[in-house]
Amino acid sequence: MRRYQFLRHTADAKFRAFGSSLEEAFANAALATASLMWDCQKIKERVEYKVTVEGRDLKQMLVNFLEEILYLFESKRFLLAVVDKINIKREKNKFKLKAVFKGDKYKDIYIIHGDVKAITYNEMKILNNDHFTLQVVVDI
Amino acid sequence: MEIRKINDYTWEIPKQGEMKVSTIIYISESLLESVKRDQTLRQARNVACLRGIQKNAYVMPDAHQGYGFPIGGVAAFDMEDGIISPGGVGYDINCGVRLLRTDYFEKDIHQRRQQLLAEIFKEVPAGVGKGGRTHLTRKILEDVCLRGAEWAVANGYGRQEDLLRTEENGKMEGADPSLLSRRAIERGIPQLGTLGAGNHFLEIQKVSEIFDEEIAEVFGIHFKGQILVMIHCGSRGLGHQVASDYIRLMENKFGTRDLPDRELINAPIRSELGQEYYKSMSAAVNFAFANRQMIAHWVRNVFARVMGSSEGMDQIYDVCHNVAKFEKHIIDGQTKKVCVHRKGATRSFGPGREEIPEVYRAVGQPVLIPGSMGTASYILVGTSEAEKISFGSTAHGAGRVMSRHEALRRFRGEKIKQEMESKGIELKSTSWKGVAEEASQAYKDVDEVVRVSHKVGIGKLVARVVPVAVMKG
Repeated sequence: MRRYQFLRHTADAKFRAFGSSLEEAFANAALATASLMWDCQKIKERVEYKVTVEGRDLKQMLVNFLEEILYLFESKRFLLAVVDKINIKREKNKFKLKAVFKGDKYKDIYIIHGDVKAITYNEMKILNNDHFTLQVVVDI
Repeated sequence: MEIRKINDYTWEIPKQGEMKVSTIIYISESLLESVKRDQTLRQARNVACLRGIQKNAYVMPDAHQGYGFPIGGVAAFDMEDGIISPGGVGYDINCGVRLLRTDYFEKDIHQRRQQLLAEIFKEVPAGVGKGGRTHLTRKILEDVCLRGAEWAVANGYGRQEDLLRTEENGKMEGADPSLLSRRAIERGIPQLGTLGAGNHFLEIQKVSEIFDEEIAEVFGIHFKGQILVMIHCGSRGLGHQVASDYIRLMENKFGTRDLPDRELINAPIRSELGQEYYKSMSAAVNFAFANRQMIAHWVRNVFARVMGSSEGMDQIYDVCHNVAKFEKHIIDGQTKKVCVHRKGATRSFGPGREEIPEVYRAVGQPVLIPGSMGTASYILVGTSEAEKISFGSTAHGAGRVMSRHEALRRFRGEKIKQEMESKGIELKSTSWKGVAEEASQAYKDVDEVVRVSHKVGIGKLVARVVPVAVMKG
């Protein structure tokens, strides 16, 4: 199965991320988002960040989760390579996600080829058929 | 959806269903075609459903699909029972344009334009994730967000008189930086004094046409061939974070059930959260004013070094393209304070408004409309007509018609640079991919956008400028 796929969008970037579990789909959405800025496969796994996000629903948690990538990049110069140990739990009236981001701090050897300003709710879909599909539009 | 033609440049989505008012679209037939292809009109109709909206929801000629509100959307809300919405401002809070004049002519800089561009490129940090030249603490950044361009001038960036020629004098009075999240501050600290990437640019331009000599004269534009410098950027990650923070806070407080589109999330203006968004947004607006103030200062330094002087490099104006503000407008014959959202729209106040600099008060404010990369940009003048029919607003640029992905498939950055060079335009960018994505063919025709603005009367043509040298982030 493909990890993610980009679709046509006039002003911004729209993708679908896939997974046999919700966790896998979330992790692939993170890689799709990062791929708009750098090539995840070329980033060494030298630094780790533990990520914990919540959401009042899955969509909000997805926005919060993907925003972690932007925040860590802009404030810590962290480039995501791999999403590890991802776990999603449903609590009373919210969702909670824990994961480990592995990657590296920005260095001259890495090429940043694009910008992502924000994660949006525009055309956001979370589908569960025999597998999970997350559709996201990001503001670039 | 029913769209009714009122005249050649005005269309209406009549009030129906949940709409509290009609939606008015200022556009030509040819531009309307591309607008119909995306969600612009549906989004503009949704805006007309929001609580406390006044008169009409408006759509500017360069509109395209946004989040919640369309880009090129203008809406004003009652101060008592109206709302304020982060989606009505956009993620890049106070994305805007600053324009400097010079006493130089094209022939003066022709031999040195490559050098000018190279030096500016060295001086002004640009590109994705590129850090700034400053090292700030949270306390300093809060001061920046409190005082805006005034902070920059007090710290040696630029001239006191620049402030008088900046929308809001470069400082939103309502800003409260203590409300900014730790994340907004952390994203802002490395990015103050940076151009950014995407559609942001810095251009050395020459005046190619003057439509209104008298008003151009007031703006400091005297001759064809005169050199100007345009700076287009915003509040960077700090502003993006403020937008995301308040969308989340408003969702958690008010829920999302009744919204036709989640990004129309809003708060009553009078509510605590509504006020906090306004004060945080104002802090981000100030960050962007300071940002452009610093960049303008560095550009002047480069001209002083390379050309020998930066003396005539007065600021013409600095305008916001993404902002919400409390303004007085005449509604049903009464002067009323309302909360005007401009998302991808430029304020276009006419003669006499007290908000505009004294030097321009007799003619109206300068309206700065950047074109796409390598194409013309325009200087318009604000009008009393705009105050009557669009809450004093007009277009803000060209507006995308082609996806970045499609642009990348069709164009090559290196080829675009060659083509521009053959037209006498120098180009320097941090990324070839970025150049291809911003190809002028991916945008609406800015000439047509300003023609509509002029015909409708919401912003009148003063001068057309074309690039001589382009720095893209």
